[in-house]
Amino acid sequence: MKRNILVSALLAMMLVACSSKPVKDTTPAPVADKSVGTTTDTGSTTGLENDYGLTSELTDPSNILSKRSVYFAYDKDEVTAEYRPLVEAHAKYLLAHSKAKVILQGNTDERGTREYNLSLGQRRAVAVKSVLNVLGVQDSQIETVSFGEEKPQATGTDEASFSKNRRTDIVYVGE
Amino acid sequence: MLPMVGKAALTVEIVGGAQQQIPIAIVPFAQNAPIPDAVSQDNISTIIGADLRRSGLFRVLETRGVANQPSTVADVRYAEWASIQAQALTIGTVETLPGNRLKVSFRLLDVLKQNQLAGVEYNITPAQLRITAHKIADIIYEKLTGEKGVFATRISYVSKANGRYSLQVADADGYNPQSVVSSLEPIISPSWSPDGTKLAYVSFEKKKPIIYVQSLVSGQRYVLANFKGNNSAPSWSPDGKRLAIVLTYGANSQIYAIDADGTNLRQLTKSSAIDTEPVWSADASAIYFTSDRGGSPQIYKMSASGGDVKRITFDGAYNVSPRLSNDGKSLAYIRQEQGRFRVALQDLASGQVQVLSDTSLDESPSFAPNNRMILYATSVNRKGTLAAVSTDGRVKQRLNEAIGDVREPAWSPALNN
Repeated sequence: MKRNILVSALLAMMLVACSSKPVKDTTPAPVADKSVGTTTDTGSTTGLENDYGLTSELTDPSNILSKRSVYFAYDKDEVTAEYRPLVEAHAKYLLAHSKAKVILQGNTDERGTREYNLSLGQRRAVAVKSVLNVLGVQDSQIETVSFGEEKPQATGTDEASFSKNRRTDIVYVGE
Repeated sequence: MLPMVGKAALTVEIVGGAQQQIPIAIVPFAQNAPIPDAVSQDNISTIIGADLRRSGLFRVLETRGVANQPSTVADVRYAEWASIQAQALTIGTVETLPGNRLKVSFRLLDVLKQNQLAGVEYNITPAQLRITAHKIADIIYEKLTGEKGVFATRISYVSKANGRYSLQVADADGYNPQSVVSSLEPIISPSWSPDGTKLAYVSFEKKKPIIYVQSLVSGQRYVLANFKGNNSAPSWSPDGKRLAIVLTYGANSQIYAIDADGTNLRQLTKSSAIDTEPVWSADASAIYFTSDRGGSPQIYKMSASGGDVKRITFDGAYNVSPRLSNDGKSLAYIRQEQGRFRVALQDLASGQVQVLSDTSLDESPSFAPNNRMILYATSVNRKGTLAAVSTDGRVKQRLNEAIGDVREPAWSPALNN
């Protein structure tokens, strides 16, 4: 696990190096555009904010912002390239909507003991938070919590189920 | 407390026994009249016999074949009991008294020496019949084994049924289950206060882990810790004035101490790794905890004020959930080997480790107040169940709940009830 922290830290530093400019820049990240499709422009359909700083983009199924789960490999807490566009889209949203707050909910599969898994889930929530931080989102907009193994998405005992349970969910306060 | 006497949520199945069991005859207690309220169909002697049998240290003899069934010392014909190989004999009476009370008296007799080892009388309400039987079993156990009995203690556990989580407290034999709190969200990590009057636990009812402390006397509770991030793994200091807890804020789990009233928070570990599952040593000088600071989760020890960290477990790649025996001599924890999670016991002086359980998804070990048994959670056919194993590994018990599944057990301290 120590190695994982180092790896995440290194990746985080690389992210700082690579993405500090796009974050300061207001143009949408090219990766985000690709996954959203050509008809939707996340930058222009901001809509009206509610009391919590939330807009309809967050629940629009055609918008990447409606995707909320970052999945992890076994015993890992690294946000892989596959989920980078998703996390970047949420970072961009949080930067554009300073009233909005997210709760990052870390989860694990059922293997291992409950309290230790609570800590492992937290590590996965922190991994997503680190990416958001690197992209410029302040701690005041983020809370990390863990459900450990308590909230499985799938209840089977095979890897297909386990892999659905190793995840961090992005939940907006007020949803 | 609501009396729900006579109802067992858990039934105990004994899977093993000690090599040498003490043969004891328990004569059904004589009753002068039916017990009012008929709260229990069990004769008091049945409860005593079940307790002693469950410990694995006694062989409870069939007494029906013995012609004379004494209830007073004067009536005992020792030769008859010697002939069925009884070493000890228990006799007694239950008398109804005016005002809906009962007088229970019992004698423990040494069959070979033909003398009395113990004798006690109790003036009780009918609802106290079971606990009185447990107290008698404790006296017999202590007289014949030299160790304190734990039959008159309680256990807590979390049951899950129909999507509802319920923190329950029951007698040590699984009878009298009472719900302390229930919720649609998970409840984990119950921890008994040293005086046995309160439980600290972690509830997810507010969509995040928050630590509550609840009185078992009044049922009232308060939030002990609700800081940003997770609040978990409460563990009482031996004097009951403080708890060690785990908080995260925006980072990994770290260990803190907090006064029992929720004030005076101070941080005990400052690492970038996971530090969790703190437990106090019996003399309050040290805290044992789980940390992955060395690359894999292992058990460490630090001074109770933080610092002076020493690694305690070295074998295996996954050793978690430390619990100290009440005499401070040994450490129980969960070890994972080849995908099996089992209860291990480490002698703190010699460092020797023995894997005690033969189940494979074990969690939450908890010592009996006399350190003889370790209660733990395991899983059978995807259903959570409780089990217990003696610290010498010889006696194994499985506790099966009729409905739902059960997890997160914790054995109460010795109680003055």
